[in-house]
Amino acid sequence: AMDTDLSSQDRKDLDKFIKFFALKTVQVIVQARLGEKICTRSSSSPTGSDWFNLAIKDIPEVTHEAKKALAGQLPAVGRSMCVEISLKTSEGDSMELEIWCLEMNEKCDKEIKVSYTVYNRLSLLLKSLLAITRVTPAYRLSRKQGHEYVILYRIYFGEVQLSGLGEGFQTVRVGTVGTPVGTITLSCAYRINLAFMSTRQFERTPPIMGIIIDHFVDRPYPSSSPMHPCNYRAGEDNGAVYPSVEDSQEVCTTSFSTSPPSQCVFTVTKAHFQAPPPVVTDTLKVPVMGLAFSHQLSSSRLSYQPAALGVGSADMGYPVLFAGGLNAAHPHQLIGAGKEGGVPPVPSQPAHGTQADQERMCTPLDGVHYSAATPSSSEDTETVSNSSEGKCGSPHDLLETIFIRKVGAFVNKPINQVTMANLDIPFAMFAPKNVELEDNDPMVNPPASPETESPLQGSLHSEGSSGSSTGNTHDDFVMIDFKPAFSKDDILPMDLGTFYREFQNPPQLSSLSIDIGAQSMAEDLDSLPEKLAVHEKNVKEFDAFVETLQ
Amino acid sequence: SCPLSSRCCAPSRAAPAMNCRAEVLEVSVEGRQVEEAMLAVLHTILLHRSTGKFHYKKEGTYSIGTVGTQDVDCDFIDFAYVRVSSEELDRALRKAVREFKDALCGSGSDGMGQISLEFYQKKKSRWPFSDECILWELWTIKVNVVNLANEQERQICREKVGEKLCEKIINIVEVMNRHEYLPKMPTQSEVDNVFDTSLKDVQPYLYKISYQITDSLGTSVTTTMRRLIKDTLAL
Repeated sequence: AMDTDLSSQDRKDLDKFIKFFALKTVQVIVQARLGEKICTRSSSSPTGSDWFNLAIKDIPEVTHEAKKALAGQLPAVGRSMCVEISLKTSEGDSMELEIWCLEMNEKCDKEIKVSYTVYNRLSLLLKSLLAITRVTPAYRLSRKQGHEYVILYRIYFGEVQLSGLGEGFQTVRVGTVGTPVGTITLSCAYRINLAFMSTRQFERTPPIMGIIIDHFVDRPYPSSSPMHPCNYRAGEDNGAVYPSVEDSQEVCTTSFSTSPPSQCVFTVTKAHFQAPPPVVTDTLKVPVMGLAFSHQLSSSRLSYQPAALGVGSADMGYPVLFAGGLNAAHPHQLIGAGKEGGVPPVPSQPAHGTQADQERMCTPLDGVHYSAATPSSSEDTETVSNSSEGKCGSPHDLLETIFIRKVGAFVNKPINQVTMANLDIPFAMFAPKNVELEDNDPMVNPPASPETESPLQGSLHSEGSSGSSTGNTHDDFVMIDFKPAFSKDDILPMDLGTFYREFQNPPQLSSLSIDIGAQSMAEDLDSLPEKLAVHEKNVKEFDAFVETLQ
Repeated sequence: SCPLSSRCCAPSRAAPAMNCRAEVLEVSVEGRQVEEAMLAVLHTILLHRSTGKFHYKKEGTYSIGTVGTQDVDCDFIDFAYVRVSSEELDRALRKAVREFKDALCGSGSDGMGQISLEFYQKKKSRWPFSDECILWELWTIKVNVVNLANEQERQICREKVGEKLCEKIINIVEVMNRHEYLPKMPTQSEVDNVFDTSLKDVQPYLYKISYQITDSLGTSVTTTMRRLIKDTLAL
């Protein structure tokens, strides 16, 4: 009967919820396989931009891939959205680790309230997904990726294919949510015979540059969507620019009320959607293609250096878009505010990508945490203009902004190929200094001085930022004089520094020196027959004891 | 037992509602792993049982704030978990867990105890009766502290306890997914009867943490030793 059918508003809402749920699901899964700890901030005042009341960042490339796979459809019976996580070694071997499936079955719950119960249950399901993504075996593998292997993801839509998981794979159900049009189920099938391949196997040696380079250009899955490294942030081969949001109808409601939902409007200038002038395209294409090798190399190494990167190398290439965090003062801005929430600050986007001028975007902002923000990373942030401000500057600016955006991430081509903009190598300060091959690496230039020098200052930043700041300080901290705080000690009449230096190299234990060692060994050997005799006498007792253990 | 609560309606103990769910989890851990294991479980539960802050507007409508999350790595267990990004909540849980651990690992304890996380609703009564606390979900984590003899066993224990905790997280998520009773979303005047609104960034359901240390049963030393060896070998 018509009464029990979904009202058209409910139907629209439900479709929107399912769509964004699917996109957020993909984000959570991929981010959980980046290899770093994820941290987002709670915000007591709703900004109107966080779907399901959860602070989940949106990596644009991932959203792009997900939308591409979905192609405007929603999960339905027989049409599931799958995120495949696989591992690829430096030798080129790859192995599917997990398939996360978002499916829909026919069991409908007509009574359930869409805008309220379904929404809240989807939120709960995302929380469960956050929890479960950390407990499957691939999580620990992904935290250790970078040297011997990387973790890749692939999104496809249609029938679930589990055959690549090997025999005896296990399934864990994340949860289900009933809706009037069917029941959404989220589960993960994961390979278990990697359990014998302990993570120790992958922790051996420092990276050998030559080996890793070759294997990330091919596309081993011709029939389906290409694999993407979870921590690979360069563009597609065609140099596509990922607009932050593709349509202006991506609103998310956080208000459970009859009043109009908070609007979250993302506007992108027309300029970005135009085909860039040919010269830009050409210039873009070449470096991007050529950069493919080093991108990967650089990103895998970068992702292996959690201390240097702090939280979320995801942050480096992709600033959070949906929750603002960008300085409102500058004309190049992204409006990510709800109508009710006000505009979160937007970082200044320079027309020229000089590194040194940028403010360090380390302040946690509403809804989203930027911990890896550095002068260099801001170059890479979306230079999306506010449509109400008109086009973003001159064609030259446009050129530069696009260029900055693309080349900014993991730029590693020699500067002579970077013709259009005056760019320092961004992220140079992230490049790990303690890899010996660094010195010969043209990708790495001496880093610009970081904004915060002292570990203490770094630790004053709120949760999650300590990683990036202290990582940088490890690289750049120069110990001039060892004057540790609180180092006076009444008992020992020396300060901590002196004490440390004095006792840093204690003498060897005498028992470890050869003469004495040999002597005691001889003694031990002599006493063995006696000991054996005693044990043999007591053999019955021992046997009885062992019996009780059975 | 020692109640450590967010919003306690003491002195009376919360009475279970008719539809109160009770879940029991058991872990065997080393002394130094107790805190991290408890935090992992409690935070996972509270992740599912916390919302953003409510902001009530006119016409009885409300909007909900945003809950951030973060990964936590354990130092003594090969394990990582996700918790809500709220320092206040983390501090409260750490305090409770530390007290539990001190009591559990202190002298006079057999190394066995349990820590409970209760979710309750307040039901206002008219004067002179005090408010009632109705329990609607009870989580009990039974802990058995083991003592290991050498570094190799400790290494095995790190891994095994990590795997066990993975199982616990899956169990918790299963329970959460049942979508069983949850208190109705309250009106503005009732919100403090359902949620803990004292935190500035998130809003968990009203909860209470308490613990009990099992009295030593006077088991003979031999039995205890045997049990420990058995457990170790079983690892």
